Amino acid sequence: MSAKVDTSLPLEYQTEQDRMNILGFWVFLGAEIVLFATLFGVYGVLYERFAGGPTHQDIFVIKDVMIQTILLLTSSFTMGIAIFEMRRHNLKGLITWLVITLALGAGFLFMEINEFIHYAHEGATMQTSAFLSSLFVLLGTHGAHVTLGIGWATMVIIQLVKRGLTPTTARKTFIIGLYWHFLDVVWIFIFTFVYLKGLVA
Amino acid sequence: MEHHQSKSFPISHVIGFVVSLLLTFAAAGIALYTNLSFKVIMWIIGSLAVVQAGMQLFMFMHLREGEDGKTNLVNMIYAVFMVIVIVVGSIWVLTSGHAAH
Repeated sequence: MSAKVDTSLPLEYQTEQDRMNILGFWVFLGAEIVLFATLFGVYGVLYERFAGGPTHQDIFVIKDVMIQTILLLTSSFTMGIAIFEMRRHNLKGLITWLVITLALGAGFLFMEINEFIHYAHEGATMQTSAFLSSLFVLLGTHGAHVTLGIGWATMVIIQLVKRGLTPTTARKTFIIGLYWHFLDVVWIFIFTFVYLKGLVA
Repeated sequence: MEHHQSKSFPISHVIGFVVSLLLTFAAAGIALYTNLSFKVIMWIIGSLAVVQAGMQLFMFMHLREGEDGKTNLVNMIYAVFMVIVIVVGSIWVLTSGHAAH
């Protein structure tokens, strides 16, 4: 690992190794975008294959979708503030905003699990139709990412509490931040091309 | 970078957040409360989604920051290209011509 430290840069960019990790994570996000593209592609092909089962209009509840959207969008904003506080070397502010972000993420997840239960009660399960199979795979993959993100960020918070702000913990925090913003970017497209598209009469 | 750190109020984040909310509500309003055709609505709200995603990348994720900023940008442009090929290509091939029936 490179020992050269450039203190004129933000903590997370100070060593060559940390810069490479951040670059590597961007490359990973590029691959994640392609993963979600395949799921959007499948959904785009199958979204009207109802097989006699419920349609978008039957199951989507716009009010709940708007709440989910605002929760996730706000959590992306608070994650941005967390990184902003990190760059001001304000550890307490950083941890506070990270916890707020996770609370909003947990709220989103709670809404999504309720949404799936509501769908199942309406007779809309993965086995019902091609539309619902592709819908659940797309939403479920995103929800699984959010779940993973909450667990991952929790571990980063524990490290921040134990070790404080170092180039290494700053880099880890910055990377979970990128991941979290990415989840919101995916959601923007789910909101638009799944929910709104399905509800346009 | 120095003046970036000393700023005490995250103005660009707040602007990004407010604009994101406005774009979200605008898209919902256009999709649910206008009588435009399906195609026109999809073009408008699709464009709004792309604008909002771009804002996240530049204002929240600091896409072009650091010495690898240009690499990140090229990486994302390539990812967007792959998205178009995969999504538009799949839908086109599988819903037109022989595949439709």
